[in-house]
Amino acid sequence: MNNNSLVQRAERFLSALRHCQVLGMTVETATEKGLTLRLPYSEKIIGNPENGVIHGGAITTLMDTTCGISTVCFLPDFEVCPTLDLRIDYMHPADPHKDILGFAECYRVTPTVIFTRGIAYQDDPEQPIAHAVGTFMRMGKSANLKTGMFPGGNKA
Amino acid sequence: MTVEEFNALLSDAHARNDYTALIDLVPYARLIGIECLRLGDDMVFRLPAQADNIGNPVLPALHGGVIAGFMEHAAHLHLLMFMGTQHLPKTIDFSVDYLRAGHYRDTFAQCQVWRQGRRVANVAITAWQTTRSEPIATARAHFKIDEP
Repeated sequence: MNNNSLVQRAERFLSALRHCQVLGMTVETATEKGLTLRLPYSEKIIGNPENGVIHGGAITTLMDTTCGISTVCFLPDFEVCPTLDLRIDYMHPADPHKDILGFAECYRVTPTVIFTRGIAYQDDPEQPIAHAVGTFMRMGKSANLKTGMFPGGNKA
Repeated sequence: MTVEEFNALLSDAHARNDYTALIDLVPYARLIGIECLRLGDDMVFRLPAQADNIGNPVLPALHGGVIAGFMEHAAHLHLLMFMGTQHLPKTIDFSVDYLRAGHYRDTFAQCQVWRQGRRVANVAITAWQTTRSEPIATARAHFKIDEP
């Protein structure tokens, strides 16, 4: 699948999620290597009024959404994949008044479960604000992946 | 807002036993609509059903990130209310397990501080909708509490 159609699929997915629209999230890039979403800075998602830093909840929403939608970059067809668990580790606080980018990839796909990981960053992906790891359940009936498409994806 | 203003607001909330101003202070808490309910000595946090918090439009269900953000902020408030924390805690890590769909209805959360050291607190958070014995999500987190 070419990258334009991956972007379109990711945008269609994101546009259906009302809370993500409220936060103004947009698709930055979508390739076979993973997905990047943008969370724009805004006053309404401030978590610390002393310094204007964005609340962790908005970053968790960014990373849950990025990890969840990154599945479109790795699955042949659209599938509903609810989150089983998600962990965020904060490396340093975000700078106020700057957008946050979330990147995620699926590093293991089985017929029942998808393992994803990603980072949240502002200027430099080498200096992430946070690391995230999330596990998603595959609910779609098209669980029969093409052989060889993913390591071990056709068994278990 | 300055550190001094925050401390004054926090002391006033403790004195009056009314934390509305503390909740209203944080824009993100206002955005998703967090409230607190005092039950005797316990505090239960409430996230009223709100269409802007929906993620899955089909069920419909709350966005998992909103549920996690609600739980994280409930833990912040719990530390400020009960544990003598002087300023907004900083999250070190946050890990959430989603156990059931968070339907489009009111959600509740309660916190348990398992360990509070001088610099770091470990908090477990449980969120439910129908009954506390059937949580929709559980979370654990570490917070840095030693500096503003």
